[in-house]
Amino acid sequence: MKNMITIFINDKEYKVEPDQTIMKAADKLGFKIPRLCYHPKLSIEGACRVCVVEVEGHRNFVASCAFPISDGMRIKTNTHELRRARRDIVELILDNHPLDCHTCERDSNCELQRLAASMGIRARHFAGDRKRYEEDLSSDAVIRNPEKCILCGRCVRLCSEIQQVHNLTQSHRGFSTVVTPAYNAPMAESVCTACGQCINVCPTAAFLEKNYTQELFSNLNDPTMIKVAQFAPSVRAAIGEAFGLPVGTNMEGQLVASLRLLGFDYVFDTQFAADLTIMEEASEFLERVKGNGKLPMITSCSSAWMKCLEQFYPDLIDNVSTCKSPMSMQGAMTKTYFAQKLGIDPSKICSAAAMCCTAKKYEAARPELMFDGMKGVDIVVTTREIAWMIKSAGLDFVNIKPEQPDNPLGLSSGAGAIFGTTGGVMEAAIRTAYDLYTGQTLIDIEIEAVRGLKGIKEGSLTMDGKEIRVAVAHGLGNACKLLDVVRKDPDRYHFIEIMGCPGGCVGGGGQPYPLTNTVPLDDAALTKRAKALYDLDRGKTIRRSHDNPGVQKLYKEFLEHPLSEVSHKYLHTHYQAKLPVGIIPKEAKKIEVKP
Amino acid sequence: MDDLKKGMEVTEAKFKLTLCDGTACIHKHSKELLLAVESELDKHGLRQAVKINLSGCLGMCKDGPILIVNPGFVMYGGVRVEDVPEIVQSHLVDNKAVTRLIISPDYLYNRFFRVFGDVDFFGRQMRICLRNCGIIDPENIDDYLALRGYEALAKALEMMTPQEVVDEVKKSGLRGRGGAGFSTGLKWEFTAKQVSDRKYVICNADEGDPGAFMDRSAIEGDPHTVLEGMIIAGYAIGASKGVVYIRAEYPLAIKRLEKAIAAAREHNLLGSGILGSNFDFDIEIRLGAGAFVCGEETALIHSIEGSRGMPRPRPPYPSVSGLFGKPTLINNVETWANIPVILLDGADWFSSIGTETSKGTKVFALAGKVHNTGLVEVPMGTTLREIIYDIGGGIPKGKMFKAVQTGGPSGGCLPEQYLDTQIDYESLAKAGSIMGSGGMIVIDEDACMVSLARFFIEFTQDESCGKCTPCREGTKRMYDILTRITEGKGRPGDIELLERLGGMIKRASLCGLGQSAPNPVLSTIKNFREEYEEHIHAKTCRAGQCTAMLSFTVNEKCIGCGACKRVCPVAAVEGARREKHRILPDKCIRCGQCYEACKFDAITRA
Amino acid sequence: MTELAQDKMTTLREFMAEVAQREYSESYLIAVLHKAQELFGYLPREVMDVVAEGLEIPTAHIWGVATFYHYFNLEPIGRHVVSVCMGTACYVKGANRVLDALKRELAVEVGQTTDDRLFTLQEARCLGACGIAPVIMIDDKIYGELDSEKVIEIIRQHRRL
Repeated sequence: MKNMITIFINDKEYKVEPDQTIMKAADKLGFKIPRLCYHPKLSIEGACRVCVVEVEGHRNFVASCAFPISDGMRIKTNTHELRRARRDIVELILDNHPLDCHTCERDSNCELQRLAASMGIRARHFAGDRKRYEEDLSSDAVIRNPEKCILCGRCVRLCSEIQQVHNLTQSHRGFSTVVTPAYNAPMAESVCTACGQCINVCPTAAFLEKNYTQELFSNLNDPTMIKVAQFAPSVRAAIGEAFGLPVGTNMEGQLVASLRLLGFDYVFDTQFAADLTIMEEASEFLERVKGNGKLPMITSCSSAWMKCLEQFYPDLIDNVSTCKSPMSMQGAMTKTYFAQKLGIDPSKICSAAAMCCTAKKYEAARPELMFDGMKGVDIVVTTREIAWMIKSAGLDFVNIKPEQPDNPLGLSSGAGAIFGTTGGVMEAAIRTAYDLYTGQTLIDIEIEAVRGLKGIKEGSLTMDGKEIRVAVAHGLGNACKLLDVVRKDPDRYHFIEIMGCPGGCVGGGGQPYPLTNTVPLDDAALTKRAKALYDLDRGKTIRRSHDNPGVQKLYKEFLEHPLSEVSHKYLHTHYQAKLPVGIIPKEAKKIEVKP
Repeated sequence: MDDLKKGMEVTEAKFKLTLCDGTACIHKHSKELLLAVESELDKHGLRQAVKINLSGCLGMCKDGPILIVNPGFVMYGGVRVEDVPEIVQSHLVDNKAVTRLIISPDYLYNRFFRVFGDVDFFGRQMRICLRNCGIIDPENIDDYLALRGYEALAKALEMMTPQEVVDEVKKSGLRGRGGAGFSTGLKWEFTAKQVSDRKYVICNADEGDPGAFMDRSAIEGDPHTVLEGMIIAGYAIGASKGVVYIRAEYPLAIKRLEKAIAAAREHNLLGSGILGSNFDFDIEIRLGAGAFVCGEETALIHSIEGSRGMPRPRPPYPSVSGLFGKPTLINNVETWANIPVILLDGADWFSSIGTETSKGTKVFALAGKVHNTGLVEVPMGTTLREIIYDIGGGIPKGKMFKAVQTGGPSGGCLPEQYLDTQIDYESLAKAGSIMGSGGMIVIDEDACMVSLARFFIEFTQDESCGKCTPCREGTKRMYDILTRITEGKGRPGDIELLERLGGMIKRASLCGLGQSAPNPVLSTIKNFREEYEEHIHAKTCRAGQCTAMLSFTVNEKCIGCGACKRVCPVAAVEGARREKHRILPDKCIRCGQCYEACKFDAITRA
Repeated sequence: MTELAQDKMTTLREFMAEVAQREYSESYLIAVLHKAQELFGYLPREVMDVVAEGLEIPTAHIWGVATFYHYFNLEPIGRHVVSVCMGTACYVKGANRVLDALKRELAVEVGQTTDDRLFTLQEARCLGACGIAPVIMIDDKIYGELDSEKVIEIIRQHRRL
């Protein structure tokens, strides 16, 4: 234990560890100093000045998020002066904000609203002109509304520090400062990967997913259509939070029941297609190991990662699996196999997906993924949107009787469930690849080396005497470090899993906003959501994708075998370099991964 | 060191002419003057007997272009090309000075140059920072070398340990001339103490205060002294690299600095093994790009690093983690220029000048409503009255003094009762202003203090980087409130709102720009509250500057000349020639053009 | 792209290639943008793209920098840049009237370029020539001790150039 030092907060003496900021020390002692631009995973900005405190010997207030403690320091967190200053600061922010709270998507879920409430602002003293900007609706996934932006800079830091996408910057300065992509280009013409993490960290509604709830409602009310739903593994692990349930509560059955009540005729499970993906992907990997194709093979199920690939790593396109994502495979099977089984015209199917992801909205609109002139998925809504639809329809989500997904596309193995967390695809693929390659059954199927929230995870296993080295990265920033290693040392790994979002899909850009007093992208929350999926896996008797009888039946009746011609037609695709070119700064690539 | 001087040109000229080559004099055709002088000398065959020097700004911008003839230090002002034959014939041939062009000797010796000593120009060397400005050719290193240039560096390298250099600077009591007035010696000591594979020395030449131009003149007039100060610091703190961060708006200063660096490299004053020692140091120039906030040291560092010039919270201070994360020492131009003199003449000598807490001299850019605008370097402790009246020659056109603004947009406006305030960091702060970088603007009765406050807040508002809320949003709201007051729409309670916002912005902002932005407003409220009240309650502006509150009418004196009609931008004046005109109140935009144009006092402004 | 623009781009690339050799090469972004503006008169998007590639700096970062510093023009500018000093000394001595006169004479607002592409009107933060206030700078030349009549005469002279 380090030498403890003494600090005084509001005249009370405390012994604390040295080398930390006032805010961190105060947090541990139970003083929650108000804050706005601070985020524990991002660099210190010190910009909003909401977290100011008084330190004896300093004429001016200091930002507690940035100021280090020292022995004997006397700190005041709640003086009259401070309270007035903080209130004025937040009032100034409100003065430059639309204040259309009742019609705002983040009403009752907005950090600024909560902060303002805690400040006791009862009058507006300084109101004058406020900034005016057009809403950027160009992207299929992420909407940017600078009028609501309060310039905390979290999105800019996240996009560059965690994701290394560097799509966002603060442009201009002073009162005219605005967060934009380069050249103030529309989001659709920027390097944005649609990961949606900016939405997660935004305290207000300056970033939102493009909302498709009304379109979905109107389809659900169309009696001429067959309404088919699918939902991603991570949705069930997080949607409960939107209804006040503890983080990590698995709400699969309630979600299925609710989707039916919303008007879906069939509710399938994306986990089914996750198993299907593994069948194709593991087979493709084994082909590449045999020499048919490039190694290392990199997974392709994360839509944000796919856009990142095309703009930042076009040289690695041949390394990426040709498999579509589980959502798109599920959509393709819905409109082909399932439509045939039902004997209906696939154009009469409305295929909707509830996803933890915003980039899936972008993916669904990709022309590369179309087949027979059709899109596999017509409408994608996020966890947040589907939660809102359930509330809006007046369903008692928490107490509803759980139900099972429909067949033939609803049955899933444990391997399909863990797809939603970082390392899960790798683990699922190994379970199947090992068995397919060796003809034996892998005994120890819980592969700890690829689990957890470490940025880059490595592991190796032996299949029939052949060593297979694998690596897993989550969050595009970690991916970029890993891929730089791959560029320099192409033989280092055989198989790589990349997830665009921190924590994998459980940390997706479409997941519920954090509850009061928790921060977005909190590691503890991500771990709990992941645990819900690992528990789901452990509770299943079938834990390997190739053992899924539904998948086996699908091959028998329709696809023949993995990598068959039919498979290629509906389940595989090709990616191409895209403009604008993404540039990763030099220093972001400097960090090497130690063997 | 002696080797350096061997190569110098020996002048055997009978006369030496020095022509001021500062920005203001160039504007006043000093270049044309130079050509005229040269051709006139050719005519008389005097080219060999007369040496012509160009110098940096002498600080006497009002009287430019300035031509000095030595020996005798005869200073001619306002010299026109037509005057050249007379000067050459009379002064250089007949040895008779042209008295009509000499700038009043009284004014010269007893007022403006009082600081130099009454007779002997170099005798007391009170002009420390600007000691060579106007004397030497800034583009010729030999000129600098001749006047003890780089001797301080040689002394440091040959006779002093780095610690001794730091101690000497500490002992001198020198404080940062850029604004805050932090002890220079302590800053050096902090940086010297850091253990690092690399350290940096930075010269902050991003002089951005509106109304301040001493750094520009110092570099334009004597670039080597700044370089010498930096090299000495490099030796003292263990740095091998120096950066001069200078405004791109100063092309002449940049050019001269580039030349000076090249010359210093040639003379082994920069580079490896400086002057035969084992000390390596080099300096590069980095340009700003038009952002006032980059004068703040962390913003400046970000700018050199190629980023948006936004400040960051301190600590860590640059002395611990600065440029590229390395320990960095930042001082401003004027501070650097003091260093060589301190080392040569000693800390004891330096600290004998000035007041108890503020040592040495301070350069001020005297401007505004004062007779002699220009640069002034005075010992700390001089009073405002001495600068404005004795050196500056008082207010022109018999107008009344109203206030003096020091410290630029971070400073305050001091009225009459503070004129006997001594100039030092503490006294100015006590009076409600700051030393700042040295802008000093004199304001007469024609100025409206509310508009002036609005002008400053408009500036800081525009230059706010936009990072922290109090400065970005708060200065904008202060600007809004001041705007409505000057437009006659002020509301009761506005003064209190300004005070409330100002107080919060000062204490809660991230950097010095925000922390000082409300000063001009708060100080004018403190000293000229009645003017604010008049604007708000009586809707009048005593200076007549807030035109929105005015009405313009034509009175009986009108002879119908039509001057007002011609200048009116919105055709709001009607009336036939030689008949009394009329201003249409609905059309009038109260720009005041007609009032300015009328030569018969026939327009009433109320 | 015209041949001339190609030549300029080559010059810029050469400048960047030299800079890229240096330590902390990304820190020379502002220097490179100065160079680009010197060559092109402003910073067109294609040029910023080339800079991004050359220095390995994300375009968003370059956009952030280019818009932060007022010295950089993002639109083409006129043949002459007229900068009106709005420093305190000039303000006190009537820079506003000079500016108003220029606005009327040129029929543009601050930041705009005349239709004939001859003049771009800008405000400057203290040109450091307070001794001869109020001043304006046209291209690299300073004109001082102005009033609304003198300044119009100066503009008319430039029109005749």
